[in-house]
Amino acid sequence: MVLEVENLNVSYRGTTALEKVSFSASPGEMVGVIGPNGGGKSTLVKAILGLVPIGSGRVKFRNRAIKKQLCSVAYVPQRTQIDWDYPITVWNVVMMARTLHTRWLRKPSRESHQIVKSALERVGMLKWRSRQIGELSGGQQQRVFLARALAQQAELFLFDEPFSGVDKATESVMYDVFAELKQNGKLLMVITHDLGVNLTKCDSLLLLNKQIIANGSFKQVITAENIQTAYGGSVLLFTGEEVQSC
Amino acid sequence: MLNWLLEPLSFGFIREAILVAVLLGILCSVTGSYLIVQRMGILSDVIAHAVLPGLAIAFFMGIDIFLGAFISGTFSTFVIAWIESQSRIKVDAAMALVFSGFLALGIMLITVLKSKLDLHHFLFGDILGVTTSDVIRTLIITIIILFLVRVFYKELLFYTFDPIGAQVIGLPVNLIHFGLTAAITLTIIASMQSVGVVLVVSLLIGPGITAYLLVKELHEMMILGSVFGVISSISGLYISYYLNVPSGAAIVLVISGIFLLTLLFSPSQGIFTRPGGIAHRSAKVLQQLQRGK
Repeated sequence: MVLEVENLNVSYRGTTALEKVSFSASPGEMVGVIGPNGGGKSTLVKAILGLVPIGSGRVKFRNRAIKKQLCSVAYVPQRTQIDWDYPITVWNVVMMARTLHTRWLRKPSRESHQIVKSALERVGMLKWRSRQIGELSGGQQQRVFLARALAQQAELFLFDEPFSGVDKATESVMYDVFAELKQNGKLLMVITHDLGVNLTKCDSLLLLNKQIIANGSFKQVITAENIQTAYGGSVLLFTGEEVQSC
Repeated sequence: MLNWLLEPLSFGFIREAILVAVLLGILCSVTGSYLIVQRMGILSDVIAHAVLPGLAIAFFMGIDIFLGAFISGTFSTFVIAWIESQSRIKVDAAMALVFSGFLALGIMLITVLKSKLDLHHFLFGDILGVTTSDVIRTLIITIIILFLVRVFYKELLFYTFDPIGAQVIGLPVNLIHFGLTAAITLTIIASMQSVGVVLVVSLLIGPGITAYLLVKELHEMMILGSVFGVISSISGLYISYYLNVPSGAAIVLVISGIFLLTLLFSPSQGIFTRPGGIAHRSAKVLQQLQRGK
């Protein structure tokens, strides 16, 4: 196991956001984090990254506290967290991933240039490199951030709602990249609110509503009972061919 | 024409005023750009007024008034951050109250301490009254801040673009935030004597947003903004000299004028000139009409 979360408790201004969350994941795995809005999906990712104070519990990555290894962690925020009118070009957004690798008062190394270039090439955005990021479509913007995560050469990748508002072409680029990362033994955590076909592409699922409702394979997690417990009301699930009514 | 340009320079106080104006044009555009991209333009207004209690107390105690101003100005930003983090109050409302609260405290202190601090001078400055020591202080502050911006440019870019991402990769975000606030406070202090706290806001914001309409990278915004800042400051001074009008107001009006022109005519963003803008649309209509004939 490369990522181990033990008994994590997080509360925010007096309300409990996460309660006794424990799970683990291995390299080469893609973990889908699902659950209702306000169920603590983003909070879980933020707690793993140390962005919100942890009440109690531990997060270990490669058997050590994750805080000391943040340079091995790539995080792709929700699109709404970014000001897309910021005066910056595609190239320099991806170059940000090389901030820690570039010494003060120095220009980025030739190696960094090469890494940024191939990351942009990988997501099909190299020809847009001199565009200001606000001139891109939503899907293209998401691909730029994916390139930034790639250029960081991390071991653990966390994506917060990467599929919201992106086009089909971008979605397929992202799945290709995810598959490649898995092959290279990276660990991926993907938050998603849409309970669609895509869930079957995850190796394991984490159904979250403040506590872990279910954790395991698609078949183990997506059951009428679990969904009922997590979402309370009735939810229609479209999983490929079959339609389940809960 | 040459004579027209050179005549004011025969006066020592004009030469010093121009020197300060050039320095402030550059300094304000660079620090102001960080405020603009963080959507914190109004913070400059808050800090500019929040320095007053510090000024009053330092003046009363006989210590360096600029030190008092610095402490008071940065303290106000801590108060805002504290209110925001401890409650559900949003940053704009917190800034609005801290702004007037600090200003009121300053006015009260001036009266209670029977201070001889000139409130009018504090608000509007007097660039023609700058002394050699003002010039040196402005020069030192400008050099220090430009040097630090150059050294930490990558980190500042990351933090102002994506603060959460910056925190994730382990950048010292609190230190960066404090550094930026301190730089803005120092800039305001450097400008206080010459343009005053009301008008410094437009030096911080005006040249930067004008450049923002023309370029697509932060460093370009700073460089072009500096050019606009310097042009505005110098031409404002000449207008003030020849028309015998207040220098601070003249500088600010030039800044606003250049901004308005750019807003209307920037090639990429201008209301008239941008693709799909009024000019493009009317040209299209004209073409269609001609073809129709």
